[in-house]
Amino acid sequence: MEFIMIFISAVLVNNIVLARFLGVCPFLGVSKKVETSLGMGMAVTFVMTLASLISYVVYNLILVPLKIEYLSTIAFILVIASLVQLVEMIIQKTSPSLYQALGVYLPLITTNCAVLGIALINMNKGIQTDGAFGLIHSVINGFGTAVGFTLAIVLLAGIREHIEFNPIPKNFKGYPIVLITAGLMAIAFLGFAGMIK
Amino acid sequence: MDVQSIIFSGLSIGGLGLLFGLGLGVAAKVFEVKVDPLIPLVRDALPSANCGACSFPGCDAYAKAIVEDGASITSCPVGGADLIEELSKIMGKEAVEVIKQVAYVKCQGTCDNAIEKYEYSGVMDCKNATFLQGKGSKGCEYGCLGLSSCVRVCEFDAIDIIDGIAIINKDKCVACGKCVLECPKNLIEMVPDDKKTRVACASEDKGKEAKSNCTTACIACRLCVKACEYDAIHVDKNIARIDYDKCVECGACVAKCPTKAIIDYKIK
Repeated sequence: MEFIMIFISAVLVNNIVLARFLGVCPFLGVSKKVETSLGMGMAVTFVMTLASLISYVVYNLILVPLKIEYLSTIAFILVIASLVQLVEMIIQKTSPSLYQALGVYLPLITTNCAVLGIALINMNKGIQTDGAFGLIHSVINGFGTAVGFTLAIVLLAGIREHIEFNPIPKNFKGYPIVLITAGLMAIAFLGFAGMIK
Repeated sequence: MDVQSIIFSGLSIGGLGLLFGLGLGVAAKVFEVKVDPLIPLVRDALPSANCGACSFPGCDAYAKAIVEDGASITSCPVGGADLIEELSKIMGKEAVEVIKQVAYVKCQGTCDNAIEKYEYSGVMDCKNATFLQGKGSKGCEYGCLGLSSCVRVCEFDAIDIIDGIAIINKDKCVACGKCVLECPKNLIEMVPDDKKTRVACASEDKGKEAKSNCTTACIACRLCVKACEYDAIHVDKNIARIDYDKCVECGACVAKCPTKAIIDYKIK
C-alpha cells in the first residue's frame, strides 16, 4: 500500500514537471510529436529509475560510511552522466530513427535537473525519515516520477499536435502558446494537491 | 577536514569514475554502430550551409546519401565545381563538368520604367501584397514588387533591392533555389551563368497593355524570333523565351528588341 501511495504521489501529486517545475527543457523541447515525446519519456524513465537505484547504493554504501555526504551532488552527476551515455549507445544501436528524433535532447538528459533532482529528493527523504526511505522506496519514487514526466510530456505533445493548425494569434505562435498550455496543465495538476498528504 | 577525508573523497569519486568509464568502454564495444569511414570525410568536404538545396535534409543527410545510396555528387550548388572535384577524389568517381547556375530576376520594372497602380503602405512582404487587388501595387501584375521577400529568404546575402526591384549578385549566388520558391510572382529563374543574353521581362500581357505598364516590357512583337538564326528564341504566352541550349549569344535579338526587354549582361 505504501509503495502505491509513493507511486501515485510521484506521478500525479508531486509531478516533477507540473508541480515541482523541474526538467522543463525537454518538456518544451521534445513535445512536438507524441511519438518522439513517448521515446523521450522512455529514455528518461530508464535513466531515472536506474539513477535512483545506483545513486541510493552510491550514497548509502560509499558516501555515508566514508562521511563524505557533501560530495553527493558530484557523485550523482557522475552516475547520471554515465547512464545517459549508456542509454545513448543503446538507442543509437536499437532505434536510429528515435536517436535522430531525440537529437540533442538525449545527451541533455545528463543535465536534466529532473534526474538529478529525483536523486537528491530521494536522499533528502532518506535523511528526513531517518533512513526509512529505503532502496525500494527510492526506486519506486524514481520510476513514478519518470512516469509522471512521461505522462506530462505526452499530454503536452498531444495538445500541441491538436492546436498546431488552430488560428493562434501570430504573437502567440510557437513557444508562447506552449508555455501557456504548460501553465494551464500545471494549474490542472494542482487539483491533485492534497490527495495524498 | 583532515588529510584522510581528502584522500577518501578523491579515491571514492575517482574510483567511481573509473568504474563507470570502464563500464562505458565495454558498452561502447557491445553497442558499436558501424559507420562508413567515408561519411565523415564527405561531410567535412560539404560546405555546412544546411540549406537543403541538394534536396536532402541538410549536409549530414546528403553526406550519408552520397556514401550509402550512391547519390549524385553534383547536387550541392553551394560548393560549386571545387566541391565536386573534392568529392570525386573522396568517392573515386569521375568529376563531371557542371556549368554554374545563378538565380535571375526576369524583370526590369524599376521605379522609372514601370507605373504603380496605387500607393502600397502595407506589410513589406511580396506574398502579402500579392493577395491585394491587382496582385500588388505594380501596374504590371507580373513584375517584381521589390518588397524583399526573396532578400529575407536568401541565406547568402546575394539579393538586393535596387531601384524598386530585386537584383541578384551573381558572385554571391549559390543557386540554392530558395528565392525561386519564395517569389509569389515566379519571377526568379535558374539560368546558366555563362549565357548572358536573357529576357528581362515576365509579362504575359498583350503588347499594348504590357507597354502601357512598363517601358521595358516584352510586347511579344516577335522581332527577336525573326532575328535569331539559331532557332533559340520563341514567343509563348506573349513573352519571348530563350532556349539556353541553342543560344550562342550572337546578340541579334538584343539589337532588334524595340523595348530593350532582352539584355546582354556581358555589356551591361
